[in-house]
Order: sequence, then C-alpha cells, then structure tokens
Amino acid sequence: MNNIYFFKWFAAIGLVVLIFSLAFFLNPSADFSGADDKGAKAIKKLNPDYKPWFSPIWEPPPETESMLFALQAAIGGIILGYFLGYLHFSKN
Amino acid sequence: MHIMEGFLPPFWAAFWYLLSLPFIFLGIKKLENIIKQDQSKKLLLAMSGAFILVLSSLKLPSVTGSSSHPTGTGISAILFGFNVSSVLCTIVLIFQALLLAHGGITTLGADIFSMGIIGPAVATFSFNLLKKFKVNFLINVFIASFLADIFTYITTSLQLALAYPGSKLLDSFVLFFSIFALTQIPLAIAESLLVYVFFDFILKSKPTILKGLI
Repeated sequence: MNNIYFFKWFAAIGLVVLIFSLAFFLNPSADFSGADDKGAKAIKKLNPDYKPWFSPIWEPPPETESMLFALQAAIGGIILGYFLGYLHFSKN
Repeated sequence: MHIMEGFLPPFWAAFWYLLSLPFIFLGIKKLENIIKQDQSKKLLLAMSGAFILVLSSLKLPSVTGSSSHPTGTGISAILFGFNVSSVLCTIVLIFQALLLAHGGITTLGADIFSMGIIGPAVATFSFNLLKKFKVNFLINVFIASFLADIFTYITTSLQLALAYPGSKLLDSFVLFFSIFALTQIPLAIAESLLVYVFFDFILKSKPTILKGLI
C-alpha cells in the first residue's frame, strides 16, 4: 500500500480513537448514559404529569439487546467489507 | 436522537409522520429510477445503507459525559441525494424500533424526519453548494457528513421543544439542545473522519464511482 495513504488513514483513525478516549479522561466520573434517556428524563422534568401513551410492543432482555446491536453492526460491517474488498481488487 | 416510544403526544406523532411520508415516497421513486438506469449502483446503495446500519448502532461516549450514536447518513446523501437517505434510514429505524425498542413506532415519523430528512438534506445542499465553489472534494464530504449528523440532533431538540415548550419554547430548545446536540459534536467529528477515509479509499481504488461528484 502507498505509504502516504497509509499514514493519512492511520492518522484519521487514530484521531477517532483519541476523541473517544478523551471523553473518559476529561469526564472520568460521568456515567455515560444515553442521551436518548436523558432526553426522556428532561421531558418528565418539564412535564411531571406526562404519561407515555404508548409503550414498545416488544422489548428485548438486556443480553438479547446487546446481541442484536452487535448483530446489526456485524451485518453492516460485512456489507461494507465486501464493498471495500471489491474496490480494492477491481481493476480500473 | 431516537425519541422514546410514547414520548411524543399523539398530535406531534401524527404531524411528523405526515411531514415525512411525501419524502419517503419521493425517495422510493428515486431509488427505483437509480436501479432502473444502472444496475451496478445496487452495490453502492447496499453499502450506503450498511454504513447507516453500522454507525447508528454504535453508542459512543462523548466529552459531555453521556453517550450517543452517529447517524452515518452523509455517504448516501452525497452519493445519491437526501431522498435516498430517507428510505435507507426508514428501514434502519423500523428495525431499531421493533427489535431493539430503540425509538418507537409512534415516534418513527419524527425520527425519520430528523435522521432521514433534515440531516441528509442539509448535507446534500451543503455538498452541492461547496462543490460549486470548488472546495476540495475530501474537505467537502467531511463538512457534509458533519452537518448531516449535527442537524439530525438539532432537529430532535426542536421536535422535543415544540412538543414540550414548558414556560418558554426557547428555554426548552436550549435544554434539549444541550442534551442532544452538544453531546453530538465530538461524535460528528469522528464520523466525518471515517467518511473522509472512506471517500479517500474510493478515490484511490476506483475513482470512476465518483464521476460527476468531484
């Protein structure tokens, strides 16, 4: 692989890792709960009387949920990998 | 940005559904056209959808001390225009609402509107505008992808502020903005770096794919 490309991509991915590591360094005591949940909490604070009028039809148990999240990323990752491999080996 | 199931009053749930439907309809038409004209675009479409699927499943920590996920809609908005992103997002959001209890069926319209319409639309618009000004392609995709991500969360903040204005709409917007949009800034930068690497890889391997975009 061309060295300049390798360096550029390595630097970009390194920066991505740095951005997320920084979150833990700058905010070590935070619980990193989901912004979606915080949004729901803010709604309850603004409207203490509000009752959600619909609840999820099916909610997976926590273990299943993390499995489905991983599965989702894996399916996407396989398709992406297939595409990038196709690009890499196809002749212009 | 997934608004929890049942957390939008019926009026707003219906409102965002109605606003989103025509865009999804246009997107399906556009998708049909793309495939009819060029079968080879199918792989590129699948890849754009896969990128959304992967990025929106990654709950990442932010410097604000909470976690959120990127949207991944930049690539499809740049390659095909925002209407196509709307359809791809709808598929991903339905999967997440039904199987993961992430977002919901009543809030689906609002989630499609923020993640599948406004975010990608801003990206497509910004990309075309900067292209006219001859901005470097890789810088342009970086900016477009950043805007797609951040505007999704600004839209969510606005949607929640409209539904829950409290005593003052602006205060409520600032509150939701601080929860959603501020958390999103480092995530959007990281997402844009990935999009940059992705397009640089295409430029190096098979630049003919990007014909007409550069």
